[in-house]
Amino acid sequence: MLQFLALTAALALAYRPLGDYMARVYSSDKHLRVEKWIYKGIGADPDTEMRWPAYLRGVLAFSAVSVLFLYLLQRLQGSLPGSLGFKSIDPDQAFNTAASFVANTNWQSYYGEQAMGHVVQTGGLAVQNFLSAAVGIAVAIALVRGFARSRTGELGNFWSDLVRGTVRILVPISVLGAIVLVACGAIQNFSGIHAVGQFLGGSQEWNGGAVASQEVIKLLGTNGGGIFNANSAHPFENPDGFSNLFEVFLILVIPFAITRTFGRMVGSLRQGYAILATMVTIWAGFTALMMWTEFHHGAPAFDIAGGAMEGKETRFGIGGSAIFSVATTLTSTGAVNSFHSSNTGFGGGLNLLGMQLGEIAPGGVGSGLYGMLVMAIIAVFIAGLMVGRTPEYLGKKIGTREIKLAACYILITPALVLGFTAVSMALPTPKDSMLNSGAHGFSEILYAYTSGANNNGSAFAGLSADTNWFNTTIGLAMLLGRFLPMVFVLALAGSLAAQKPVPATAGTLRTEKPLFTGLLVGAIMIITGLTYFPALALGPLAEGLAS
Amino acid sequence: MNNSVGSVGSTARLLGAGLRALLVLTVICGVVYPLAVTGIAQGLFPDKANGSEVRSGGRVVGSELIGQRYDLPLKKGQETADPDLKWFQPRPSNGLGSNRDAGVNTRYDLILSGATNLAGDSKDLIADVRAAKAAVVKDNSTADFKVRPSDVPAEAVTSSGSGLDPHISPRYAELQVHRVAERNGLAVNQVRKLVDEHVDGRILGFVGEPRVNVLQLNVALKGLAAGDAAG
Repeated sequence: MLQFLALTAALALAYRPLGDYMARVYSSDKHLRVEKWIYKGIGADPDTEMRWPAYLRGVLAFSAVSVLFLYLLQRLQGSLPGSLGFKSIDPDQAFNTAASFVANTNWQSYYGEQAMGHVVQTGGLAVQNFLSAAVGIAVAIALVRGFARSRTGELGNFWSDLVRGTVRILVPISVLGAIVLVACGAIQNFSGIHAVGQFLGGSQEWNGGAVASQEVIKLLGTNGGGIFNANSAHPFENPDGFSNLFEVFLILVIPFAITRTFGRMVGSLRQGYAILATMVTIWAGFTALMMWTEFHHGAPAFDIAGGAMEGKETRFGIGGSAIFSVATTLTSTGAVNSFHSSNTGFGGGLNLLGMQLGEIAPGGVGSGLYGMLVMAIIAVFIAGLMVGRTPEYLGKKIGTREIKLAACYILITPALVLGFTAVSMALPTPKDSMLNSGAHGFSEILYAYTSGANNNGSAFAGLSADTNWFNTTIGLAMLLGRFLPMVFVLALAGSLAAQKPVPATAGTLRTEKPLFTGLLVGAIMIITGLTYFPALALGPLAEGLAS
Repeated sequence: MNNSVGSVGSTARLLGAGLRALLVLTVICGVVYPLAVTGIAQGLFPDKANGSEVRSGGRVVGSELIGQRYDLPLKKGQETADPDLKWFQPRPSNGLGSNRDAGVNTRYDLILSGATNLAGDSKDLIADVRAAKAAVVKDNSTADFKVRPSDVPAEAVTSSGSGLDPHISPRYAELQVHRVAERNGLAVNQVRKLVDEHVDGRILGFVGEPRVNVLQLNVALKGLAAGDAAG
């Protein structure tokens, strides 16, 4: 509990400086010298304004090249130096992993320490941890510009947003964060697999690796793909209670602070606070519920054991694990410091629901903000229907085109999740991958597609997901779940930026007031609830109620 | 419109720009950044950056951060060795990195970390927890100290997330004191004092959980037993 308060205080302290700093980064006319070199290398003019189709083409071209590059890097691993003797990755798994890291998901169907050498980890996967995060922030900033600008349709320059996010925000914070993690005990070296003596003779096999430097961006960029299979439960990634809290801080700091950036850029900090309040309400509520169910240890095995410590580390305990697991599933991170499959039935259900909300409280870097703003548009629309008035948000009319795009956005992910889950359950072979049977087995598959399509990447890891079927379909779910929503968001941004502002009148819904925050929380819970309730009832609810 | 995004044949140019952007940024994020951090880390915290090795009697006996087994030599026909009850015992480690059908149990061999991923209502997990609890009660009960099942803390009978948990709770260490004292021919008070000295509290009083590092405790126990035998 005190840990939660300390975390909240640290996030509150970082909120203003980081949020304002990010607003300056994306509004400034000046280029750093290193950035000028990069633009020269790319061959792009960073000052050219792009309309939404051009911006989108930049996003898609960059991401397509990234998927291909990462795929080839893994396929060639066997012939590259610095690969610790690991083989090349099979095509289906290489596709899955490439899609996963470029889509900011970091679903992993391989065992980190047994599959990927230094070159792929550090030069491929960790790089996408930075870049997929920078792409997410860029798209969010483009949407914010859509609200902030009028009568133009221009949304900024994708290359400039990509480079600035990387060079001015992600890299500097990562350097500091990595040093903090090493000071706690995270490793940072390039040694190979080597044997280390044990107390009673014999030896253990150790992996070296650039762990701290990848760990920090894995969390800061809400990515989640660890070097080790055990992810942030591994002591070399997350050595003690302090590093644990620091890692949760890294996960949440940009997604929360970017609401301030939003407020700054649309010229009303209070609009940013209203969005922040919505995120905080859901986050605090989920954390409280998770604490309750995990401490209450409602499952037969945990009642016998005397506590839900299965899959949890002694140094974090139940409290430190609950805080982490809520943060990781309410953002698009998917890193784990405890294994969600061994959570209580309701606890696992909260992890699932957290992702199914669309990861907007506070959500992934960038994607959390644009997801929440789309929800805000839906909420404004619902309010408009109630009073029979054309809805407006931030001085822009929410007309037919805007609401169609917003509706497409919120429909795409559930369609992917429920469609793929249903097909997997109907086909004969995918079910062989389930570790647990019954309700929990169903939850494993539902969790896998929820995690993939929402770009989370955490798992009910009992599922043996390294099969052709799961590698391919989850890979598709991740790509479609990442880039289709971006298409709708950028189209929306373009259409908003082209409008002329409507002056606020006495009848305008005041979207900076607590009433709107309440409406927004309600809309989010009801829309998600109606969409996923039947599936949740078959899985975690059935499991939780049975015990 | 952007000059790098023309109308005809622009896709190739755009992909080229994307590739160049990826390569330049890979140099920054994938080469310069990790090397710089490694340099700083190796300069400031060489021990930690290389795995926090623990030395005893002039040789490396493991890492402060990685758990290990304290077992008797494997007997013929055994798949898993029996615990050597002379030493403090760690948590169970039944995680396989993947699942039970997949093969080798990690048992603190670092090369593959992972959890059991069993659900709270899993029959396998219920059986494991029951067996582990019975073993803890049996192993730690001595002639004048009887362990009650309700005394056994949860982490003593469950596997951790990493399968490499280097810690146990102070309660579980306390529970093992009588057994360890008896097996080493030491006084109970001596061993209890040793445990108390090795309890790490919450950081700043509220971060993380109180814990005992099993390796460090056993290293100290070895010293105590050797000193006692010599004196």
